[in-house]
Amino acid sequence: MSNILEVENLVVDIPVSAGMLHPVQGISFSVGRGETLCIVGESGCGKSLTALSVMDLLPSSASRNADRLILDGEDILGVDERRMSDLRGDRMGMIFQEPMTSLNPAYTIGNQLEEALLRHRNVPRQEARDRAIYLLEKVGITAAASRLRQYPHQLSGGLRQRVMIAMTLMCGPDLIIADEPTTALDVTIQAQILLLLAELQKEFHMGLMLITHDLGIVARVADRVAVMYAGQIVESGTAEKVFGNPSHPYTQGLLDCIPIPGKTKRGAHLGSISGIVPSLVGDLSGCRFHDRCDYATPECTAADVDLKAGESTDHAYRCLLSPAQCAENAKRKVPA
Amino acid sequence: MLIYASKRFGIAVLVAITVSLLSFSLIYLSGDPAMALAGESATQEDIENIRRVYGYDQPLVVQYTNWLTKALVGDFGYSNYMRVNVADIIFARLPTTMTLGGCALLFALVLSIPLGVLAAMRPNTMIDRFALSLAVVGQALPSFWFALILVFWLGITWQVLPITGTASWLNFVMPSVALGYYITPAVMRLTRAGMLEVLTSDYIRTARAKGLRPPVVLFKHALRNAIIPVVALAAVQFGFMLGGSIVIETIFAINGLGYLAWESIQRGDLPMMQAIVLILACFYIVLTFLADMLNAFLDPRIRVG
Ligand SMILES: Nc1ncnc2c1ncn2[C@@H]1O[C@H](COP(=O)(O)OP(=O)(O)OP(=O)(O)O)[C@@H](O)[C@H]1O
Ligand SMILES: [Mg+2]
Repeated sequence: MSNILEVENLVVDIPVSAGMLHPVQGISFSVGRGETLCIVGESGCGKSLTALSVMDLLPSSASRNADRLILDGEDILGVDERRMSDLRGDRMGMIFQEPMTSLNPAYTIGNQLEEALLRHRNVPRQEARDRAIYLLEKVGITAAASRLRQYPHQLSGGLRQRVMIAMTLMCGPDLIIADEPTTALDVTIQAQILLLLAELQKEFHMGLMLITHDLGIVARVADRVAVMYAGQIVESGTAEKVFGNPSHPYTQGLLDCIPIPGKTKRGAHLGSISGIVPSLVGDLSGCRFHDRCDYATPECTAADVDLKAGESTDHAYRCLLSPAQCAENAKRKVPA
Repeated sequence: MLIYASKRFGIAVLVAITVSLLSFSLIYLSGDPAMALAGESATQEDIENIRRVYGYDQPLVVQYTNWLTKALVGDFGYSNYMRVNVADIIFARLPTTMTLGGCALLFALVLSIPLGVLAAMRPNTMIDRFALSLAVVGQALPSFWFALILVFWLGITWQVLPITGTASWLNFVMPSVALGYYITPAVMRLTRAGMLEVLTSDYIRTARAKGLRPPVVLFKHALRNAIIPVVALAAVQFGFMLGGSIVIETIFAINGLGYLAWESIQRGDLPMMQAIVLILACFYIVLTFLADMLNAFLDPRIRVG
């Protein structure tokens, strides 16, 4: 499987009044063609900034560094804004968290959809319109042709997010980055939208980088999973490995937070991870998770913990404990 | 859109009626109008005569309706002072004032909108500071003083522009600048604030994520939204400018409505003042209505319910 996107040692720094914020600290991952990579992690751990780094849409105060940033074989680390804007919307598209405000209120859906294609392809407007209708139908919008004349405020949040999805598909991109595309939506349509994305990803054979909180969905659609904590990837690997053999206490904690119908007793306490994400300002060292970890030892704070390969090559974790110890711990914790 | 337009139109008519009541009551503001007309040496009999001839003896409601029905067809009566038809004079002078107001507004918009956009694109840089200081100075400068400065340098010291009259378009340059400069700060600041807000909005990020070129992002996506409040402000300011033209027209001896108003106030020419107030106010109402319509055109959330 050839890789659409390769990111190596991505670092983002933002100067803030309290000092230098390190929201992303050396992240590496790749997305293959037709593959879904899910990035999970709690709020503020740097998921959005990672996604924006790939699009080169970071806030102007932020600085981005990486060893490698490759899209479809092209090094996009040093290219100028002109070339980047050629790639954006054409080879890669992004879907944002806030469907209510992500569309321009002053223009019709049709105008905004067509614009995405007309910017990158020299085609007649009618062709752009036909493609817009085709894609609106693809994302499950009925009466697509008449929707083109509607304005964003006339559509519900779910519909708007479907329009956003159709918009990123206009040029047939190789990579789609979806940053919590359903967080702002009704629970009932969250799963619909995520499954739609996964379906389209299969059909158009694109790479999908999906940022989400919904571990249930991750389990269903992810080929690979990267778990982020405080600006680092603490565990990554195939979905089977990460879910079947979680090797970082934080991943275990996350998995404990999902109730499993049938298994979790009614009225039983849901798991939760106590404590809060550490501040990412200034120099950081040691395991970022140590102060919330039940198994932390003095060793954990002594030095940065490196990503270690798990039992197989497609699994890595960032913990001093071995996966066996980790699993042991997890078992001991359950009866308590 | 039709519902919205007719609602706005209804409001405009209501405001117009209120304004007409106010300007009608102007006559009684300075005491008994018959006495004022008759002059100091008139006998009681003369005054009664005048009262009857001018209809001041009738109930106020009748007087108002008579006055309004005449005004609606453009008959504002006779000027006490000039002994001519008020309407003739006003409509002869109106185009001059409109030209001045239009030029001033054009000058103001052409200066303030690009400046506001530039300032918002590069906040806290030289250009932003320059624009902001221009705004501060502009708000602090009284327009008559600014006009006199212009006259002094451009008109007298360097003699590049004519000082008085309306002979050619050159005559309109200084008055338009003096009048328009006054509203520049407000328009510029609103454009800047609007652009700053819009540029950080999610749909601008979307536009960039689509790969759109900076000019398209800036003008098609950002300015279109940022300009909406500016339209309303410009309409209001244009109304203020028509009022401000009293000062400017007097300074530059431009024979417009403003100058006429000033003359009429000096002469105590009540029917003339009444008509000017009514016409300027109606103009203002029409303008606000048009601004509402333009806003509806720009903002589909207003237009399509
Ligand atoms: N423009 C900015 N200026 C300063 N700090 C920022 C900026 N954008 C993000 N941050 C900080 O960077 C950190 C990571 O932010 P990011 O948006 O990537 O988190 P996230 O993982 O996407 O969280 P969420 O799940 O809430 O979306 C946060 O602590 C946030 O406060
Ligand atoms: Mg986020």
